[in-house]
Amino acid sequence: MGELMLDGNAVAGLLQEVFAVEMTTAVGTCASCGAAGPVGAVHVYRGAGIVLRCPHCDNVLAKIVKSDSRVWIDSTGIRTLEVTV
Amino acid sequence: MAGTALLGRLTWQLAELVEVVAETPRVKTLVFDVPGWPGHRAGQHVDVRLTAEDGYQAERSYSIASAPDETRVALTIQRLEDGEVSPYLTDELRPGDKIELRGPIGGYFVWEPSDGGPLMLVAGGSGIVPLMAMIRTRAATGNDAETRLLYSARSRDDLIYRDELERVNGNGLTVVYTLTDSQPPEWTSYARRVDARMLAEVAPRPAEQPRFFACGPTPFVEAVAEALVQLGHDARAIKTERFGPTGG
Repeated sequence: MGELMLDGNAVAGLLQEVFAVEMTTAVGTCASCGAAGPVGAVHVYRGAGIVLRCPHCDNVLAKIVKSDSRVWIDSTGIRTLEVTV
Repeated sequence: MAGTALLGRLTWQLAELVEVVAETPRVKTLVFDVPGWPGHRAGQHVDVRLTAEDGYQAERSYSIASAPDETRVALTIQRLEDGEVSPYLTDELRPGDKIELRGPIGGYFVWEPSDGGPLMLVAGGSGIVPLMAMIRTRAATGNDAETRLLYSARSRDDLIYRDELERVNGNGLTVVYTLTDSQPPEWTSYARRVDARMLAEVAPRPAEQPRFFACGPTPFVEAVAEALVQLGHDARAIKTERFGPTGG
């Protein structure tokens, strides 16, 4: 499992494609443990979809599925996201 | 520069290969000319997209190896035997050929000369690439931040940028190697995997508040980050970038 883990840097392009802003420096707060940290430091697992997990408590922060023309994001595990604009 | 947000949607653009440099038997640096390139910061990467004749597309991320230099962007790419993208890039692509890329991407794993030091860079294998961009940017801007690089590779022949690192070693930059699998005769530096004792010897003390950038395969980065926290360094000062097995 550890071998397959990446970090938020690995989804930087996808997130910028969706949000049109650099997202790895955005600070997210975990809805489960309350830890806040940069998106670049979250744990990322890639399979059929992409799963973002909290580096502190392993809570699922978000799930992302991409097709050719759409991106689907479940961000239930993120309480807040602070983005510099 | 934590507040540097690049507004604007990423767009794919054509990049022309202008130069190929063989770094090691398995690693090449590909220098592209990207018209309209907005410039980049050390540590950022690009996404590369290849499209087959039947429309099938494959995307990979590659760290930028070069310091900002007008419209030139250098990517250093390790050929993975089972890879879908890297064998094409390293074996088939010729100067004059074009590929699609988009970027620069990322802002977390980034060092700006104005961030200063001391800087502690820890590289595992091809994890050296974004760290080399930091070393080159430091040199190009005349920055004097005290910088140490601990670079782990399997053997001397696997060291990427070896000659250049020999040249720039000094002037506040210290390069330390560890060769994990085989060492040349009379090798006097480290010959084991990076561990807490090695990091304690090579890295600045926690009181000096160094900034850490660690890049390499996931297990390498995990081991380095854990050891640094164990040594008393601030976890928030340790930035990591993990390479996965899907880099191909």
